Amino acid sequence: MSEFVMPRRQLIARAGGLAATLPLLSACDAINDAPAVRKILSMGEEMNRASHRALIDRDALAREFTRADLSLIFRANGTRLPAGAAYAAHAAGGFADWRVAVTGLVARPLSLSLADIRSMPQRTQITRHDCVEGWSAIGQWTGVQLSRILTAAGVKDSARYIVFRCADRIGDALYYESCDMVDARHPQTIMAWALNDAVVPIANGAPLRLRIERQLGYKHAKYVTGIEAVASLDGIGAGKGGYWEDRIDYEWYAGI
Amino acid sequence: MAQAETPVAPSAPAPLAPVRVYRHRLPTRIWHWVNAVTLLILLMSGLMIFNAHPRLYWGEYGANNDPAWLVIGSTPDTGYLRIGSLRLETTGVLGRWTNAEGVEKTRAFPGWATIPTSYNLADGRRWHLFFAWVLSIGLALFMLWTAFGGHLKKDLHVRRAQWSPRHIWHDIKQHARLRFPKGEAAARYNILQKLSYIGVIFVLLPLMVATGLTMSPGINAGAPWLLDVFGGRQSARSIHFIVAWALVVFFFVHIAMVLLAGPVNEIRSMVSGWFRLPPERKDGA
Repeated sequence: MSEFVMPRRQLIARAGGLAATLPLLSACDAINDAPAVRKILSMGEEMNRASHRALIDRDALAREFTRADLSLIFRANGTRLPAGAAYAAHAAGGFADWRVAVTGLVARPLSLSLADIRSMPQRTQITRHDCVEGWSAIGQWTGVQLSRILTAAGVKDSARYIVFRCADRIGDALYYESCDMVDARHPQTIMAWALNDAVVPIANGAPLRLRIERQLGYKHAKYVTGIEAVASLDGIGAGKGGYWEDRIDYEWYAGI
Repeated sequence: MAQAETPVAPSAPAPLAPVRVYRHRLPTRIWHWVNAVTLLILLMSGLMIFNAHPRLYWGEYGANNDPAWLVIGSTPDTGYLRIGSLRLETTGVLGRWTNAEGVEKTRAFPGWATIPTSYNLADGRRWHLFFAWVLSIGLALFMLWTAFGGHLKKDLHVRRAQWSPRHIWHDIKQHARLRFPKGEAAARYNILQKLSYIGVIFVLLPLMVATGLTMSPGINAGAPWLLDVFGGRQSARSIHFIVAWALVVFFFVHIAMVLLAGPVNEIRSMVSGWFRLPPERKDGA
């Protein structure tokens, strides 16, 4: 009895048939790559952002779950272990010397240790993490609200965005992300150091990661080393507000 | 030809020119063609988004370590589709296929079915989330027009007599024999047409929009009740996928009916609005 596996020759023959459709497919891709088309399609992102900001209360909370709802395994994605001796040394030392610089448009620039962060009032929340790829995982996060850090640093009124600097390098550049002041000041936006009652594992962003619960996973910067208040995203990376936004045109507003 | 089951009403002598009726008003025609393009783009870009994580779950969460009810995957030399415990070999089409350049790929849906053709989640999302607006705005306007502009009352309203099981069964038999209404009867929708159009406009398309919105973490914060309606984000994603295929089934039946009923006359009526009534059958004459 033979298994139904297509012989290689047949596969190649089929590929030959497909080659006839090549002009049609490349025409489709030419439309996809046309700057005018990309500009029109990008209007969808702006419509999503504007409608969410207009229709959804700025402090509306993402659903919080119970311990019974936790994912058995909280999947890690993106960088699972930042490369380099510096991070390895931090990890070996239990991140005792880790510092988060709070800079930019602030009255009092800060350099926070994990002890500083843990000494501030804490928030614990069980939320759902949604990856842009489509999967979801539920975890319990503990950390300090970003709004408390921004208040402690005296963020100026001229600040329109918060940029998150990270220790993980992907290819040629360090990861970074950014958000507007609505999400920065949202009650569930926290700098988290604990996942499911233990310190955040390295694969999930140790020692400190952003939780920005109304947006997709790539916005949740891991291995955070800096929090920077800025008036514009121009001149940061390629100016689109994040590592993946700059490189492959992921939406900056990832609330959908 | 077989005898007509119902006596044919005595008809006037066949007119020289075919009788033309104004069948589709402008909003119907515009919406129809905008949707034809929009739904194709949404389907193909949606398949690209599915390719980023070709697994479906029930409930709030679901990732690679959680049990999936549907998986499109690959082994070192085959591609497969698994639904529950049913596993189908799909090499060449799903899970493992060869792209236009002859390169073997192990993504779920093949390049000819996705926008863009080679894996690009970011671009798939750009197409999907823009045309989702086109669909939603068009659907909202068309539902309002249908409900209040007379389309529902005049064309789609199912008359009491049409609800009788005998009438429905008769209509199913007529369809199965490919005996479509002729003459005056062809000017109006039959019961199966009415039910499928109402089903698409008021059930399937709104379900697509609602389950799509339920996958948005931003919308979840503003309207958490959507999560309860659909049983969680991953359930909404599964329903979104199933209803998309229900629309594909509708599309193929729709196209088959157009081809069988006279494609030129049908397509012309959806362009100009004017439909030529097919002449009465000459059964028994």
